[in-house]
Amino acid sequence: MHGFFLGAALFLILLMALSLYRAAYGPTVVDRLVGANAIGSKTVVLLIIIGHLFSREDMFVDIALAYAMLNFIAVLAASRYFHKRKGLDAVEEEITPRIHWD
Amino acid sequence: MLDLLAVLLTLGGLVFFAGATMGILRFPDFYTRLHAAGKLDTLGALLTMAGLAVYNLHPFSITTLLTSLKIGFAVGFIFIASPTATHAIVDAGVRAGLRPWVKQEDEQK
Repeated sequence: MHGFFLGAALFLILLMALSLYRAAYGPTVVDRLVGANAIGSKTVVLLIIIGHLFSREDMFVDIALAYAMLNFIAVLAASRYFHKRKGLDAVEEEITPRIHWD
Repeated sequence: MLDLLAVLLTLGGLVFFAGATMGILRFPDFYTRLHAAGKLDTLGALLTMAGLAVYNLHPFSITTLLTSLKIGFAVGFIFIASPTATHAIVDAGVRAGLRPWVKQEDEQK
């Protein structure tokens, strides 16, 4: 079972590395936000698996819970900050033509 | 028996996480990527952490039961927080004026 959870943790790290592509090269700022949010939600699970591998679940569950709250607040703050076209103008002309919704 | 259940739950969660990553990498625009990421990450976190909580109960005692309950609390928090964060990101995209992806022939009309 130890080896199985080690493999699961390595697979999660591989998925996080793939999500990092979207966080690094995403065409718009909100695309990067999607990648960062996906990495954060995988990190919560990864922390609990690490706690199981070290046989310290009681400690790492608290760390994972605090990380989940921190990730949630970080994503909320970043999306509130970027919701007025900030940082979107640089690439927007080629990627997405401008449209104004009601 | 409990070990088998834990392995099945964890493998199912990893499948959902892999689907979420595939959607983030391959979907054509921001809204579809967020559609894949928001739902599949939530369900993958539920299944994986349920598997870990079941496996954690192995030597059954009050301590392991409390730890498993705390994992369940983390899952409950993720189930409230992750759709809220997804909605906040969609709201940022809509207010910034990002245009949803359409098929090419519709774009030329």
